[in-house]
Amino acid sequence: MTSATLAGLVGAALVGLGLYGLIANPQPLRKILAFNLMGSGVFLVFGIVARKGAAAGLQADPVPQAMVITGIVVAFAASALAVALVLRLFEDTGQATLDPEAWAKPPDGGAGAE
Amino acid sequence: MSVLQALDIGLAFLVFAVAAWTIFAPGAFAATVGYVVYGLLLSLVWIRLFAVDVALTEAAIGSGVTGVLLIGAAARLRATESGAQEKSLSGASRVFAAALCALVALALAAVVLLLPDQGPSLAPQSMQHLAETGLGNPVTAVLIAYRAFDTMLEKVVLVLAVVGVWSLAADRYWGGAPGEVRAELPEPTLAFLAQILAPLGILVGIHVFWVGADAPGGAFQGGAILAAMWIIVMMARLTEAPQTNAVWLRLAIVAGPLVFLAAGVAGAIIAGGFFAYPPGFAKPAILFIEAFMVLSIALALPMLVAGPPRREPPR
Repeated sequence: MTSATLAGLVGAALVGLGLYGLIANPQPLRKILAFNLMGSGVFLVFGIVARKGAAAGLQADPVPQAMVITGIVVAFAASALAVALVLRLFEDTGQATLDPEAWAKPPDGGAGAE
Repeated sequence: MSVLQALDIGLAFLVFAVAAWTIFAPGAFAATVGYVVYGLLLSLVWIRLFAVDVALTEAAIGSGVTGVLLIGAAARLRATESGAQEKSLSGASRVFAAALCALVALALAAVVLLLPDQGPSLAPQSMQHLAETGLGNPVTAVLIAYRAFDTMLEKVVLVLAVVGVWSLAADRYWGGAPGEVRAELPEPTLAFLAQILAPLGILVGIHVFWVGADAPGGAFQGGAILAAMWIIVMMARLTEAPQTNAVWLRLAIVAGPLVFLAAGVAGAIIAGGFFAYPPGFAKPAILFIEAFMVLSIALALPMLVAGPPRREPPR
């Protein structure tokens, strides 16, 4: 098995792990973390597409590489916005949960809102 | 089995184990620390895929700057953690979710195994026209020349993210300074580190940007290193985070996409195509655009980490 195939299999496993974390973890921050993990797995699978496109004296196709670089930056921007949303939710209500039941009853001491 | 193969297999297990830790760790703080380690290990995998530009970006942005963002958030959300564990999924749905995710991973693994050894490639085309751009690094050529429009839009995404984060400020703080990144108290060790590391890091950042034309590196990686240096200096309380209504800050953040777009439009007039560069003048034009991109990245990333304004602007 070549190192590219091995990396691709790791990428596939990372997508599975990240997806599981996204579904099973109740905390929003852990979901953001899992989503990033899943994204990097997708990037890795794309990375082996780049490696398999080695030609013209290059070890890997530069086009997928450039798209992955763009993707990493966009993923960071999205994560920053998501984290800011979670923190604002926590500041205003004193809790950071996506559980609908927690919002049905009045939050305890959540007087942080203007 | 050669040494490199053994290294690959070891690295694969290590990446998987640390990734599993970030998902199953009991506390969010421990999980985010695991994520930083994971990012650094992943950049080693990228090196093994001969994608050094991606490895640099993953280490600087995917692991470094994202790590600072998530660790900061985990520390602030620590109080919410105790209640959260009870609301997790029941055993049966947990098994069902795990089965579903395993299925997705297996399907992807099958696709990976079925890929042909020599896939379709744009590498010949990108090498064919590389001389016209005056660059030596085909990845930089894709980013700034062949697919310049994508990269320009991606800079716009960064600006939109900054606008989005700032918009989450309470009304009275609008235009004020963000207060997130600073350490609670002056920390002599951190201040010492920042004083030693920042000047060197700034040099390294500019170097990585400059060599990006011909070697692995470029505007993203260099800009991210510069951003990290500013974050460290702000954390160590050696400098204050700027007011978010400062004109210089807002201009510098939009300068990257704006100069890029202006160059694209100029290309339509001078060189006969949107984002076309005039022959013989391509490399100076590319470096000019990249310099403004570095500036925008170096300022936008710390502002995204710093979060929304939390102090009232001076009247």
